[in-house]
Amino acid sequence: MANVLVNAPKTAKRGSVVEIKALIMHPMETGFRPGTMGKIIPRNIIERFTATWNGTEIFDMEMSPAIAANPFVSFFAVASESGTVGLRWTGDEGFVVEERVVIAVE
Amino acid sequence: MDRRRFLVGTAAIVVVPLGSASATPEAMAEAIRKVVGDSAVTESRVTLDLPPLIENGNTVPLVVSVESPMTVADHVKAIHVFNEKNPQPNVFSARLSARNGRAAIGTRIKLGDSQKIVAIAETSDGRFWSASADVIVTLAACLEEST
Repeated sequence: MANVLVNAPKTAKRGSVVEIKALIMHPMETGFRPGTMGKIIPRNIIERFTATWNGTEIFDMEMSPAIAANPFVSFFAVASESGTVGLRWTGDEGFVVEERVVIAVE
Repeated sequence: MDRRRFLVGTAAIVVVPLGSASATPEAMAEAIRKVVGDSAVTESRVTLDLPPLIENGNTVPLVVSVESPMTVADHVKAIHVFNEKNPQPNVFSARLSARNGRAAIGTRIKLGDSQKIVAIAETSDGRFWSASADVIVTLAACLEEST
């Protein structure tokens, strides 16, 4: 359903710091805008973005309507061991999207 | 009434701020107080990077970074960003740990007006650090549905 773009290195040196960038397609409707008929368009945003490394939470971000449409987030993580980075977006109207990338640590 | 007194009088009348339906600096201060409590906030260690002149308020790139060794003993626990004049004062709140290695977050935000943006970081010793930036927005984030 949703389009997700994740940019993370495929391999990393043990203990190095890697940057993970994630972009997801979402309107981030603020709930403050009137539509063409003058009625307020109901709020529809992503409220939370979390990242896990082999199941352990490493990043958690609470979003507001002030985050631009198609939210982009970049953050850093220590490459401690080879594993899967799980990204999860949750929001209004039961929005849940999960994505995973594999990083090999040597 | 002499000329000088007349001029002073008119100047006093002109300076009346216009109210608006958006968040106010007071609302931002209130939102910050909710996060910080009564702790002191030191304006240091945090870098808030965003363009000073923004042509399009719909997507404004923003990077917050905090000087920190990011060890288990001394790391940044949380980063919060606030604004003055969008409908709501909060932008985002993120929780970090030593596992991040570097305390930096990049994202894109919406800005409804020229205003001040404040970033606050909480370190593991419970202290708060901040940075702020004044930005000028030429085209505000859209308030009506595009057709």
